[in-house]
Amino acid sequence: MQPQEPLTILIAEDSAADRLLLSTIVRRQGHAVLTAANGAEAVEVFRRQQPHLVLMDAMMPVMDGFEAARQIKVLAGESLVPIIFLTSLTESEALARCLDAGGDDFLAKPYNQVILAAKIKAMDRLRRLQATVLQQRDLIAKHHDYLLNEQRVAKAVFDKVAHSGCLSAPNIRYLQSPYALFNGDLLLAAYTPAGDMHVLLGDFTGHGLPAAVGAMPLAEVFYGMTAKGYGLAETLREMNAKLKRILPVDMFCCATLLSLSFQRRSVEVWNGGMPDGYLHRIATGERTPLAARHLPLGVLSPQAFNDRTEVHSMAVGDRVFLLSDGVIDTCNAEEQLFGVERLQRLFAANREPDRLFTEIEQALHDFGGEARDDVSMVEVSLLEAAQVNPTAPVYSDSGQSSPLDWSVSFEFRGATLKRFNPLPYLLQLLLEVHGLRSQGGALYSVLAELYSNALEHGVLGLDSSLKRDAVGFARYYEQRNARLEALQDGYVRVHLRVTPQGEGGCLAIRVEDSGKGFDVARVMQRPLDDVRLSGRGVSLVRQLGRNAGWSDDGRSAHVEFIWDALA
Amino acid sequence: MSVVTEVSSDGQKLTISVKGRFDFGRHQEFREAYERLDQRPDSIVVDLKEATYLDSSALGMLLLLRDHAGGDDSDVRVVNSNSDVRKILAISNFDKLFDIS
Repeated sequence: MQPQEPLTILIAEDSAADRLLLSTIVRRQGHAVLTAANGAEAVEVFRRQQPHLVLMDAMMPVMDGFEAARQIKVLAGESLVPIIFLTSLTESEALARCLDAGGDDFLAKPYNQVILAAKIKAMDRLRRLQATVLQQRDLIAKHHDYLLNEQRVAKAVFDKVAHSGCLSAPNIRYLQSPYALFNGDLLLAAYTPAGDMHVLLGDFTGHGLPAAVGAMPLAEVFYGMTAKGYGLAETLREMNAKLKRILPVDMFCCATLLSLSFQRRSVEVWNGGMPDGYLHRIATGERTPLAARHLPLGVLSPQAFNDRTEVHSMAVGDRVFLLSDGVIDTCNAEEQLFGVERLQRLFAANREPDRLFTEIEQALHDFGGEARDDVSMVEVSLLEAAQVNPTAPVYSDSGQSSPLDWSVSFEFRGATLKRFNPLPYLLQLLLEVHGLRSQGGALYSVLAELYSNALEHGVLGLDSSLKRDAVGFARYYEQRNARLEALQDGYVRVHLRVTPQGEGGCLAIRVEDSGKGFDVARVMQRPLDDVRLSGRGVSLVRQLGRNAGWSDDGRSAHVEFIWDALA
Repeated sequence: MSVVTEVSSDGQKLTISVKGRFDFGRHQEFREAYERLDQRPDSIVVDLKEATYLDSSALGMLLLLRDHAGGDDSDVRVVNSNSDVRKILAISNFDKLFDIS
């Protein structure tokens, strides 16, 4: 056992003889001694010199030992200053009073030196234990503050770098703890050049910093590729490959990715490992589950990765609801999970769609779930295309090198059509022309329509009338996937010609395909404000571009964009 | 012990049984279950008969095990999972990587 360190001990005793006797004993045991002749003096000495331990007579003039003990305990605060009462009292009630007043032990008169030494030693052990506990508590609190501060800084950096998105758009509602990032939850949203909206809700394995580190590269890929006009499939392939490359084997990211098209009134979905999302059709009240069909991002090699998406039609006002597993995995005291059934009952009971989040939160609370900060929910609704105002990208170059007189032709053949999306490259090329930048969104929409018409109706021979109802709509995209997979031959040609016109210029686009063509006259007769699910492409091209027309029995489409002198 | 390991007499088959909650708390034990073996078994069975719950870090541990056992060439089966556990495996589409029964 460790030899006892000398302590400073206060002896409060009104009898001078007893005080001298005790002082001698205690000093002989190796401790320093302070003395007081009554309670008030004892408190004063304690205040000035902070002894480690107090031997306190119960009965003293001016202020008795009980009151002095109370005051000393208050002065000592959190640290333990043991008080041993010296007493000739023997009734248990009086002894109990000593302890009630804050005494830690008592010693009966006359004093036994051996017992006194043992008690001092025992009390010193308690005192040290308390000191250690306090020190460790303070250390933990310091580390905790430090950690929170680190998270705050990391989050601020993350927000700057990665939150260039459009989570504040009027059709997005979300609920997420501000530090959800450190629980691995990630929510991103951004507009494509065509004005579609991409949304990602992701959930990395694990907690804390390891769960947050993957978020940055994922967000970069998401924002970078969305802004350039890449579709879900290419973006997903890139995100998966990047995460697979940088994350350790046991880390991955469950994610649902959406592409909401206001023009086509549809939503494209890919779900890898997230709980079912729901497409809520307001007209019928029906909720279509958007189930996980894939492994999470970062698990499979790029070769084995499956980027197959599903497409559903939507009407204006319909909503897509996504949630993280924090919602359905919330656990109550009996280790029961909140579960999907409870969530679905909430859906069924919901009368005001805008109150759904509040109702879910309330239900989680009533369920008695432990509060978790990895509960993330997001709801995106479909607006009229005209209500959507994507923010225009900012260009940093001077514009002096804008190319104004050129043409280029591409031919994309079978194997390329299967996996490669040429639109982002074409758009980047065209946006080198400054006069076209202000029309970037319309330009991209038109290019995308012409290209997908050429590919889907031309090369793949898909019948657009399939898309007249929701079921057919989904079937159409299944067929598209299947035929694309089996594609051998065929081509889509894109010809671009830019010519100067006075101070401005003109872009002529021509897109040709190897398909069977269509009855141009019949399609052109349709009114321009056609909002049926099928055939939207043609009317969109005619509204956004100039001199749109089809020739060669529909196998060749052309359209123009012009611009005036730049301000 | 919440992770119990059993190797067949010929050393070819390793069975790892997990009891109770299969979460990050089992990380160390679960890794040791296969890393300490001198001989790499031909097949591995993860028995979840007594596992009550499984979280995403457990999924990560299964991926580590699969990687250790040879990745795409590995033979790892996950057996006896209860309905809660099976739901989690299904959402994650882990049946595409593991033989789950």
